[in-house]
Amino acid sequence: MIGIGIIYISKLFVLQVYDPSYKFSAESNTRRKVTQFPSRGLVYDRNGKLLVSNQAVYDVMVVPREIVPFDSLDFCDLLGISIENLRERFVEMRVNMGKRKISSYKPSVFLKQLSAEQYGRFQEKLYKFKGFFVQGRSIRKYEYPIAAHVLGYVSEVGQGQLDKDAYYSKGDYAGVIGIEQTYETYLRGEKGVKYMMVDVHGREKGKFRHGRYDTAAITGKNLSLSLDIELQQYAEQLMQNKIGSIVAIEPSTGEILTFVSAPSYDPSILVGRKRGEGFLSLVEDTLKPMNNRALQGTYSPGSAFKLVNAAIALQEGAITPHSKFECDGTASKPIRCTHYHRSPIEAAGAIETSCNPFFYQAFKRTLERPGVKTRDGYVAWYNHVRSFGFGERLGIDLPYEITGGVPSAEYFDKEYHGRWIALTVRSLGIGQQELLVTPLQMANEAAILANRGTYYSPHVVKSIEGEELPDNFITKKETTIDPIHLEEVIKGMSQVYTGEIGTARYYQHDSIQMCGKTGTVENPFGDDHSVFIAFAPKDNPKIAISVIVENAGYGSTWAAPMATLLMEKYISGEIPRRHKYYETKMLEGDFINGDK
Amino acid sequence: MATNSYIKRVDWITIGLYALLVAFGWVSIYAANFNPENPVFFDTGKEYFKQLVWIGLSLFFIGIIFLTDSKFYVEFSYIFYGLTLFLLVAVLLFGKEINGAKSWFEIGPVRFQPAELCKVATNLAIARALSRYGFSFNRFSDLLRAGALILLPMLLILLQNDTGSALVYAVFILVFYREGLTAYVLTFGFIAAIVVTLTLMIPNATIIGMIILGVVAVLYIKGYRRELIKPLVAGAVTFGLAFAARYLVEKQWPLEYLLMAGVFVASVYILVTSLVKRAFRFVPTYLLILWSAIGLSLTADYFFEEVLSDYQRTRINVLLGLESDPLGAGYNVNQSKIAIGSGGFSGKGFLQGTQTKFDFVPEQSTDFIFCTVGEEWGFLGSTLVVILFVSLLLRLLFLAEKQHSSFSRVYGYGVAAIFFFHFAINMGMTIGLAPVIGIPLPFFSYGGSSLWGFTLLLFVFLKLDTNRTELIR
Repeated sequence: MIGIGIIYISKLFVLQVYDPSYKFSAESNTRRKVTQFPSRGLVYDRNGKLLVSNQAVYDVMVVPREIVPFDSLDFCDLLGISIENLRERFVEMRVNMGKRKISSYKPSVFLKQLSAEQYGRFQEKLYKFKGFFVQGRSIRKYEYPIAAHVLGYVSEVGQGQLDKDAYYSKGDYAGVIGIEQTYETYLRGEKGVKYMMVDVHGREKGKFRHGRYDTAAITGKNLSLSLDIELQQYAEQLMQNKIGSIVAIEPSTGEILTFVSAPSYDPSILVGRKRGEGFLSLVEDTLKPMNNRALQGTYSPGSAFKLVNAAIALQEGAITPHSKFECDGTASKPIRCTHYHRSPIEAAGAIETSCNPFFYQAFKRTLERPGVKTRDGYVAWYNHVRSFGFGERLGIDLPYEITGGVPSAEYFDKEYHGRWIALTVRSLGIGQQELLVTPLQMANEAAILANRGTYYSPHVVKSIEGEELPDNFITKKETTIDPIHLEEVIKGMSQVYTGEIGTARYYQHDSIQMCGKTGTVENPFGDDHSVFIAFAPKDNPKIAISVIVENAGYGSTWAAPMATLLMEKYISGEIPRRHKYYETKMLEGDFINGDK
Repeated sequence: MATNSYIKRVDWITIGLYALLVAFGWVSIYAANFNPENPVFFDTGKEYFKQLVWIGLSLFFIGIIFLTDSKFYVEFSYIFYGLTLFLLVAVLLFGKEINGAKSWFEIGPVRFQPAELCKVATNLAIARALSRYGFSFNRFSDLLRAGALILLPMLLILLQNDTGSALVYAVFILVFYREGLTAYVLTFGFIAAIVVTLTLMIPNATIIGMIILGVVAVLYIKGYRRELIKPLVAGAVTFGLAFAARYLVEKQWPLEYLLMAGVFVASVYILVTSLVKRAFRFVPTYLLILWSAIGLSLTADYFFEEVLSDYQRTRINVLLGLESDPLGAGYNVNQSKIAIGSGGFSGKGFLQGTQTKFDFVPEQSTDFIFCTVGEEWGFLGSTLVVILFVSLLLRLLFLAEKQHSSFSRVYGYGVAAIFFFHFAINMGMTIGLAPVIGIPLPFFSYGGSSLWGFTLLLFVFLKLDTNRTELIR
């Protein structure tokens, strides 16, 4: 008997003191980790208007083994599903149970995302349906049906993200594109953990150690965008039925006021029960509304680029503000002029009238200066152009920005076997040929001119709750052009509005001094693109803008009035009565359905 | 009889141990049933509340026992025995089936298991039989009578499909041994147990080979060396020929049959030469041992494969370590070990156990009640329980040995033997050292019948003990 006692005590010693493996088993036996999901940070516009919030949705959950026969007609009626659908769901549930994907003891989702109304009605009659209950969840809610390309959306994380970031577990949601992606780490907050005691069937039996080890979820940080939602709304209205982009920047900060890629979509369609459908319709749309043309559309800047060329020619001493060149109008060689104006003409006037021959001459002189090799001249020009942020990412806080392209000297060496002169690359003088820029870069060009040679990386977030903005957005960047030369360019831009034959003379404002430049971009695939870049007011500019309307023709007929209306709206808050005609015309313009 | 001296004569040490065990038992049942979400005490539906009532009733029974004359137990022992056998038959006819065993009477809210009471009656009857003047195990009729006293209730309980409770009666063999049953029975039993266990664990051919080697070794040591050579050669040749034949005809004859053929030829050789020489020196005993061991092994194998049902086979396999099935048959034991192991050195604290509360351990307030002790009181608490039980057993043996009356002595040994069996098997199964046999841990497991049965068993002995200096006849 004593022997048995000793044997048992020894075994107890091994079990309880010596061998730790039984303790681990016990922990995992009884403790269940329940993740507490934080609510995502809210998003406001620059004026504190709420843009994105969270809404509760309700999922119908089921614990299969607790189901008792119920009135299926009533059930379907309450939830707005057909009896066939219900049957399919039951079949699916059984199949999943068979595959051990779901447990008959534990709740799993039966029907996703009830409307608040359905939820109310269902909850009232829930007692009739044993085994079912409703669980709340939060999804995004968009207060405005606009700005989809800035906001992005939230979607279930994929395997790639799961592997990369240990924060996520299967079934979590994360931002995809837009600020939802860029600022994901701020917006998502921090998950909390709740430890629940569970019995052998996995049923919850209360908090583990009275919640001593629980951590609360930390709500995501709120974002204030630099967007002015009213201006954004107006810009999107102007762009309805058109393809193209509008980007407006506050020059003194680099903050983006308006960011439109048209056609766009209502971000709400990528939320909730109809998400799949909405997503499919966007993907299948031949106009590709999900493409972000402001960041990924590459266009030749056309005449809008003449401003940069003028500035470089002045900087390099190739011309002076008083240098004049002949223009033979449509008979000009090697590039004809599309405008009728006095001749010869100086820089400011050439900007006013968008005179092609002048800019060919100025470009030729920039490259082929006495005592300078053409190639070296080109490299100097190339470096100036690059200092405007062309051919590189500006570093906007939205994903998938592309660089565009400025052809290097090496590129031409290869292309023309080392034998090339200004004549060979003459189209660069008027912003055509291999030069490719994004609408964002064009808006940035306008901002640089407004700032007289400096810029901040454009960004859409004005502030993050309790955090500093990244350094990149508060560091001033310099171009290689002296302000004095830019003043000459700006004089020309002003004349675009005020000059007798300025390309935007019809849209002049009584009190706001505006500066702009039209562009009519040759498009090998169809009608010319209408381009306009501008800023206003001339002194102390508040807004710099680029507008591109694909296949709309002259810059002066579409892009210029639209840019003007937006600047008026932003600066004075209203549209002058005599511009109402243009406003109506712009709103009605349609380049998608073939009706101009 | 002066009350004062009577109180002095009662063995307070045993009563103290009893009180401690019952109290610790109740605390464990309370903990096992305690619901942290709804911590009510006065819930008449709860097991801990009912157990409190059973404990109260036990005190009442103790009072009655002490008020009854010791002679009553001697005189009425056979009548008790008859009555309980009658109850065992009755329960087979009118009882209620719970967990597959038809061993309960249900009268209103109270369930009663006559098998528990039968232990007391059988123990009394055995005490009566063995203390009869002139009783001797050497007399075949006495041996038969004593054996029948055990086998009768055992059989009836087996019929109820309550194997665990039936096995308890086997423990009376220990009492018989103390009372003069030859050690051979125990030794044979022990060897048989080893043979049976090995049969289940290793191939039949190996075990038969081992039996042959064992017997030959014993004969060799005993000095039968020359006589061994010829039969061994005969046996080996037979085996060799049989093996060659098996190879030639390409039949999968089991190896053990070839071995047995060898043994058979050797045996025949020995018998024949012994008859010729008229010298039966080692023929009867050793050949008998040899053949009965082989027979036992084959029987056990047949029994295991053909008679036992699947779940019983699995349980035995799991115990022997031949099968690992933590979610199947081994589930109970595995969960039980996890619960006890998770207690650690000093335990999780009263009512802090998690394994035992949330139904991880099955039968947590009855057969596996020790898990609650292990989990909440840790190594210290478990050891205390082991020490309490061992102390009780030692105290009982000590008291039994002091009895002048052989009736009281035999009865005392019976009490100790029954407690020992319950303690060893129940606690052993919770820590994975004994097979899972559903018998309660005395004073700990929930249930009125078992508590009353053990209380009766113990206190009848304490009552007899008050007259230890007298001869009760």
